[in-house]
Amino acid sequence: MFHYNATNLPLQGAPGSLGRPAKGAAKKPPPRRRRVTLYGLTFSLPLLAWQLLFFLAPLAFLVALSFWTVRNFQMRPDFDLVNWATVYSNPVFWQTYLRTLVLAVGAAALTSLLAFPCAYAIAFKLSEGARRWATFLMVIPFFTSYLVRVYSWQIFLSDHGIINALLGRVGLGPVPMLNNTFGTMVGYLTLAFPLVVLLQLFSLVFVDRRLIEAAHNMGARRLRTILEVVVPSARVGLVIAALFCFILTFGDFVSPLYLGGGNPPTLSIMITDTTKAGQQWPRAAVIALTMIATLLAAAFGAVGYAYKGRAR
Amino acid sequence: MTDVNRNPLIDWALRLYVLACFAFVFAPIAASFVFSFNEDRFPSLPLGGFSTEWYRAVAADPLVWDGLWNTLVAGVAVSLAATVLGFGAAYTDYRYRFFGKTVYLALALIPPTIPVVIMGLAMLAFLSRIGLSGLSWSVILAHIVICAPFAMAIVRLRLSQIDPDLEAAAWNLGASEWQAMAHVILPFARPAILAAFFITMAVSFDEFAIAWFVSGLNETLPVKVLGFLQGQVSPRINVIGTFVFLASMTLVILAQLLLFRRPAPEPNP
Repeated sequence: MFHYNATNLPLQGAPGSLGRPAKGAAKKPPPRRRRVTLYGLTFSLPLLAWQLLFFLAPLAFLVALSFWTVRNFQMRPDFDLVNWATVYSNPVFWQTYLRTLVLAVGAAALTSLLAFPCAYAIAFKLSEGARRWATFLMVIPFFTSYLVRVYSWQIFLSDHGIINALLGRVGLGPVPMLNNTFGTMVGYLTLAFPLVVLLQLFSLVFVDRRLIEAAHNMGARRLRTILEVVVPSARVGLVIAALFCFILTFGDFVSPLYLGGGNPPTLSIMITDTTKAGQQWPRAAVIALTMIATLLAAAFGAVGYAYKGRAR
Repeated sequence: MTDVNRNPLIDWALRLYVLACFAFVFAPIAASFVFSFNEDRFPSLPLGGFSTEWYRAVAADPLVWDGLWNTLVAGVAVSLAATVLGFGAAYTDYRYRFFGKTVYLALALIPPTIPVVIMGLAMLAFLSRIGLSGLSWSVILAHIVICAPFAMAIVRLRLSQIDPDLEAAAWNLGASEWQAMAHVILPFARPAILAAFFITMAVSFDEFAIAWFVSGLNETLPVKVLGFLQGQVSPRINVIGTFVFLASMTLVILAQLLLFRRPAPEPNP
């Protein structure tokens, strides 16, 4: 199964050998190809075993679960399409599906548009040191409790919150900013904005600056240079950033619930409600599998589009 | 910096925009901190007086301490296991080529992109089936799955910078594979291993959805926060939030310092 990565082994010395042609009773160099060693397995197997057992098996079980039946509040192993039929024949499910899709696509577009000038400025208008600092700072929120940050937004957005208090002083408001799509979007931005800026930034710093200078020398104005040189050069990174935003927001239940009001729900809210309410896990599994299929389709579509016309 | 596209007005507007973006990103963190010391029950402007009453309320709540303890135990166990697994996978990727490597890498890296709600449901259903749900270590099992990929990505980044001749040179000098690992690979990867340890702890520390699904009675701190959110507005969340922010920011800053510290200048002979 394993053989050495030849490019990593320019000296071609087999471990344990002295790197010289075998002299007399010197150790025989082990064959370099197709060798499964205890050493190699020690490092590669644990993760494989873990992810098979606690990642792939649960997801596979979800597929099985979607065919189980529920009678008298008891789940039983079965092979019945009833859950799929029930969920898919419910117009509320399809309305929710469409709403979730539109919200996530909207969030991906909005976040990409708002993040681009930021990433552009960090990439092209800041000094090396400032860029380092900006990257350093943008990484922090990605790993900092999203849940508490969403809670914190209520301090700003509620009817008696900071923003409406400020608006009130100039005789405006109160403007409802919670329990509506605006609130949901603020939450989605909280979730995805730092990551999108970072991914865009990583692709922008690799844009060949000579192309930009060339465009400028030929008389292209700034906006035209950005649209016709910078964006196409960084296309892969920009599309991947939007894709990650879509993935994150499509599956998120915190923002639509606590900032968007949760009514009407999104698919993830449906899953948490269905799961926490009792024994309708098979139906929740149907919703979850539909979401996974959607995410896979989006991922393949976006990656295909990103690399379209490019030799990989 | 290029000399083209010089329009000072637009340049300054862009810089201001970057500042506004950072303000947006850090506003909730700052607000949590400021309002945790505010004596008013309902957060608004102008601020009420300075008060540590909410800190005392939180400190007196045994449920919070239970949650903190569960979070800490889970965080340490998860980050240790995830770092070990992630290091192994990163080393496998660095050193070996084999049939099915793409699938191996996909399994190693994809878990964090699956929505946590779906992972939570799948883990809950699966663990209930095999009789492992609601135990104190159910959360740990599940968190290792989503944390190991972060550890792997970080260690992989570091291993990609190693001079590939180093390990082979050790072998040529007579070291066994294990000795080369102990004396060449591990010391080189040490900063990344530590960084992976901190980052995975931060990820586990902040993960609430999967924990909420599988934890049963052994709730971690973020799951408590989720419970608070469903209840009434209380400045106590700001206190817990401030603590959570400080903890994860410390971990992430430590990790970044370890990873991106500039190498010490080579002494010139």
